[in-house]
Amino acid sequence: MLKPLTADIHPDRVALSLPAYEAAGGYQGLRKALAMTPVQVQQAVTAAGLRGRGGAGFPTGMKWSFVPISGSAGDTPGHRYLVVNADEKEPGTMKDRWLMEGNPHQLLEGALIAAWAVQADILYIFLRREYTQSGKSLTRAIEEATARGYIGQHVLGTGWNVTLRMHMSVGRYMCGEESGLLNALEGRRATPRNKPPFPQVSGLWGRPTVVNNVETLSNVPHILREGADWYKALSPGSDPGTKIYGVSGKVRNPGLWELPMGTTIRELLDLAGGMQEGHTLRGLIPGGASTDFLSPEQLDVKLDFDSVTKAGSRLGTGTMVVLDDHTCPVGMVLSLEKFFARESCGFCTPCREGLPWVARTLDALEQGKGEMKDLEILAQQSQMLAPGRTFCALAPGAVEPLQSALRLFREDFEQHVREKRCPWK
Amino acid sequence: MPMEMKTYSLNIDGRQYSVDAEGKNLLATCLSLGLNLPYFCWHPALHSVGACRQCAVKLYKDEADTRGRIVMSCMTPVTDGMRLSIEDPEARNFRSGITELLMVNHPHDCPICDEGGECHLQDMVVMTGHNYRRYRFTKQTHKNQDLGPFLNHEMNRCIECYRCIRFYRDYAGGKDLEVLGAHDDVYFGRNEDGALENEFSGNLVEVCPTGVFTDKTLKSHYTRKWDLQTAPSICTHCAVGCNTIPGERYGTLRRVRTRYNGEVNGYFLCDRGRYGYEFVNSGRRIRQPLLRSESPLLRSGSAQEPATAEVALSRAAAAVASGTTIGIGSVRASLETNYALRSLVGPEHFFLGVSDHHLELLRLMTRILREGPAASASIKTAAAADAVLVLGEDVWNTAPILALNLRQAAANAPTAAAIKQKKLNRWDDAAVRESIRHEKGPFFILSVEATQLDEVARESHRAAPADIARLGFAIAHELDPAAPAVTGLTEDEQKTVKRIAEALGAAAHPLVVSGAGLGSSQVVQAAANVARSLKASGKDASVSLVFPEADSFGASLLAEGGLGAASAAIAGRKNATVVIAETDLLRAMDPQAASAFFGAAAHVIALDHTSNGTTESAEIVLPAATYAESSGTLVSSEGRAQRFFSVMPPIGTMKASWRWTEDIALASGRKTAAWQGLDEVINAIVAELPELQGVRDAAPGADYRLSGRGIPRKSLRESGRTAVTANIDLHEPKPAADPDSPLVYTMEGASRGAPSSLNARFWSPGWNSDQSLSKFQAEVSGQLVGGDPGVRLVEPPSAAAGSYFPAAVPARALSGAEILIVSRHHVFGSDELSMVAPGVASRASQPSLILSGGEAERRGLKEGQKARVTPETGEAMELLVVFADMPAGVASVAAGLPGQQALPLPLVARVTGVGL
Repeated sequence: MLKPLTADIHPDRVALSLPAYEAAGGYQGLRKALAMTPVQVQQAVTAAGLRGRGGAGFPTGMKWSFVPISGSAGDTPGHRYLVVNADEKEPGTMKDRWLMEGNPHQLLEGALIAAWAVQADILYIFLRREYTQSGKSLTRAIEEATARGYIGQHVLGTGWNVTLRMHMSVGRYMCGEESGLLNALEGRRATPRNKPPFPQVSGLWGRPTVVNNVETLSNVPHILREGADWYKALSPGSDPGTKIYGVSGKVRNPGLWELPMGTTIRELLDLAGGMQEGHTLRGLIPGGASTDFLSPEQLDVKLDFDSVTKAGSRLGTGTMVVLDDHTCPVGMVLSLEKFFARESCGFCTPCREGLPWVARTLDALEQGKGEMKDLEILAQQSQMLAPGRTFCALAPGAVEPLQSALRLFREDFEQHVREKRCPWK
Repeated sequence: MPMEMKTYSLNIDGRQYSVDAEGKNLLATCLSLGLNLPYFCWHPALHSVGACRQCAVKLYKDEADTRGRIVMSCMTPVTDGMRLSIEDPEARNFRSGITELLMVNHPHDCPICDEGGECHLQDMVVMTGHNYRRYRFTKQTHKNQDLGPFLNHEMNRCIECYRCIRFYRDYAGGKDLEVLGAHDDVYFGRNEDGALENEFSGNLVEVCPTGVFTDKTLKSHYTRKWDLQTAPSICTHCAVGCNTIPGERYGTLRRVRTRYNGEVNGYFLCDRGRYGYEFVNSGRRIRQPLLRSESPLLRSGSAQEPATAEVALSRAAAAVASGTTIGIGSVRASLETNYALRSLVGPEHFFLGVSDHHLELLRLMTRILREGPAASASIKTAAAADAVLVLGEDVWNTAPILALNLRQAAANAPTAAAIKQKKLNRWDDAAVRESIRHEKGPFFILSVEATQLDEVARESHRAAPADIARLGFAIAHELDPAAPAVTGLTEDEQKTVKRIAEALGAAAHPLVVSGAGLGSSQVVQAAANVARSLKASGKDASVSLVFPEADSFGASLLAEGGLGAASAAIAGRKNATVVIAETDLLRAMDPQAASAFFGAAAHVIALDHTSNGTTESAEIVLPAATYAESSGTLVSSEGRAQRFFSVMPPIGTMKASWRWTEDIALASGRKTAAWQGLDEVINAIVAELPELQGVRDAAPGADYRLSGRGIPRKSLRESGRTAVTANIDLHEPKPAADPDSPLVYTMEGASRGAPSSLNARFWSPGWNSDQSLSKFQAEVSGQLVGGDPGVRLVEPPSAAAGSYFPAAVPARALSGAEILIVSRHHVFGSDELSMVAPGVASRASQPSLILSGGEAERRGLKEGQKARVTPETGEAMELLVVFADMPAGVASVAAGLPGQQALPLPLVARVTGVGL
């Protein structure tokens, strides 16, 4: 089983140096890309079927293709930007950190190829503030890559000039949303922007911009080097490539694994060693905090974008959190909703006012002060915060675990009200 | 080629509508159709951002689609054949759910909230049908700030619609209002307590949909909206002519609100205009006639004593009958008052209370606007300009609402380009602003000092008045070789001229802005030449000339001479009587000159409403009514005649100045039959001066009736009509009569469907806040139903008429110890009457002499030191020295600051240090 993204990462995550990365075939993808036209590079990535690993699963090549082509009617003189979204903040998710700490050049190479594909001349890495180790390894990698001519004037002897800047995020969950990130990068409040216009047309400082996730970009050098067919063969299903999956919760062996896209939940849980002694699985959220719960009956669901959606949840970041029978589901949802209520940017009404109401209601249930009509309010707020009704995707994601918990764990919620206490306390 | 409007067909709740809605959003379109749809964050001038999610409707793909989906109407472009439902139960539930969420943290303090009764949030809660609170946890609370004299801050009421910050920062360019915090703890305020600095801060009162920002001056004498007696009025604090709605109760003016006029001020007012009204309530009001001793020998030492109207009138009549009488007209009084005084004394004896030089400049400006080269721009036209050249005028301080609109105009060209390139919707405010962030349109400023519009200008240059004129003439020549050339430009200046000419020449609707601010006729002539050269190159060019006072335009049409001519007219005459209407000569003359003028007259009769240096020197003072107690006409900088109507009847012996002059005319035998009402004065004006024909049409006459009834000044909901004076008399007093207008001092009458010039309030069932405006507009942000108020007295001239002004410009900088001193204008400080209002006065700047460090150094002056300014003629004065980026050879002194001796600016003076 091939693990292109992580095979070269040292077990203790000492960052792969430039010589070691090059020895493993590093920067060959960039060399190949620079010999191609930007549109050819976009087509190569589209042909490989790479979908964004930040959570939404949007086809990467297509995302790039929305940037006006240089010299086209929609093109205007000025900078274009490629921004690496390294603000990994989804609760339960630490996959990008692994990639940045262990193999920073892979990310840089992917970002440079992406920048070439959209003719960006300035790259930003928007890094989560707490990721100091990633910051160190990336800073060193940038120095190395600059010294070797991968970044700077006339990259690899071509006429292409590119600048790369690291930006330490001040940190809010909203900075993970690409338009919120762009506002934050401009030094403004991390509130989302309306789409359209999409960042590809009007992004950073109103200029064409592509924002890609760390894991997404880390795939790109391999696609360029090995080709679309090779990439598609990495997974048995229709969703190509590998994915970095994670498991946290009361399992024997929590962690991260690079596996073919479409690995089942059961296979993943087996790798995590199954549930801890005396713990029974009650449910799981498959893709970080902002996805719907799946039930123990759904372990054969394939963890790819379409299969998880069909099963009633989202692949999200592919890092699952499991709920066991020693943990209160209401308490777990409370913990998540408190997080989302705090991280709401406060721009649109339903998210700003609805999430704190949800969190306070769940807290009341946990305190034994719940009422039956609270369950109606929770269900109704989930509807108020549905996609399209809020300004951005934060709140719809935030209520996914809530709405599914109300369905899957209805009895637990009612028990809280009936007994006027949390049965787990 | 005219833009072709596409007519779209819309199906809303099963009804077919046909609308010209290309490029519009669904919310504005629904409101234009008169439909009720709740909203908060959208504002007709600030457009859409999609924050509040209140305006949700159900949108269907086609006839077959029965499920539909919820969309935010403010963020949805209108397309042909669109099917939607406002009444759909899911959409209704969602909207009521949003209101419930907005009310989660909103206090239930409506009974003690200043906004109550005109609160958009109250209206929307009722409209969406949210009734019962289900949220049972604690509410978010905030600390309030002291934001200065104009605004209360009550953050607990905030529903986070983000309108305040969008108006204050994006629209008005303010810097010191921030949005702080996040999630359900968002805070709109300053970094620390302190007066909001922006000169348009008062609009937050109207922009805020609830009671976070409310009028602090209203609070100090609070009255509910429905108890205010209101009338359509015109702001008298500058010459823009903003339309206002002042509100009165118990004989005091309580506040001023914006009266929408699509061609003039739109939705906004400046803080001078909103808060200057307090002079009407001031202790400095003259409430009864005052007389000095009848004996000329004792007069100068005697005090002014109150007198009855009869006694005062007979004294005034005797004085007028005793010999030559001249009249001093006023740039801040109504056209009718000026005309009545002119009729009393005769045109040859009528002078304007400004220097001869200033009157000449005003007459030059009116001539340019009436005869060409280009049409006078309404504010709406100015706001639509795609290129702007400002010559010499600090518009921000002399015509604030024009400046606010020019600020928006600066973004027109980049906005149009971004919309085209990126396929944006004009109403998608955030997308447009994010897109044009660093781009500046062809907006150029040539001024003596830095101005607050510089930040939106592509280029702003500092130059002395003569050099501004020189550059202006050169730009005109560059655009049209037939325009006179100027010589001696530096290489840099030549490049600047080329760049500006090229940018103006590339525009379709360029605007040239100048005015009387610098007191330079060359600058105004240069502006006219630029406008003419643009017209010659086939542009739809227009010109905005800023006049200084509310009726500078109108009054200057009536007078041939200024105060110099007036002095000459009475010089050497022993028995001259001077009748001064609503003018403080000490603002136009230094004290020595003024006292010489008073000394030369046998009798000085002053008609005014607020005491000043002139009324204090007069022998006879007659108490005039302010704009709040009288009706009349003012002519704005645009040349628009607009009528203001009394909000309350004058108290006691007070009356409109034109009525006093009528009384004097009758009593002195100069006239045998008096004008009975305003309409008769206007008829006389129009008969004598046909070019003022439009004055009559500015509003319907006093005999106008709507369905046989007058237009009420009081609201339908006025409470306690019969109780107001019940402590004095149980009988309801008879309402005061108003012979001057169709407005009546009662709540009875008809108001729906009144002509727009008679709108005394904006109210519609279910819409108690000023958001009811959309019910009075032909379409959102369009003209008022029946047309916007006012009549332009200046017609767009034909392009061919007239010729260029010669490019006669004086030599460059002065030499030696002399320096040219020009006026510096301040929103807070330069206007006489608003400075009587305590709030405005507290924001005024201190008197100072501003000049460059280099000029100061050459004279051995240090910053913070006092300098002595000695004019070539007239009295010297001392001023604090302040350094700024100023051209060589020029200094500035604040215009019109009370307590600061008047200088007939511009003038040449010697500046020397005082002590050390």
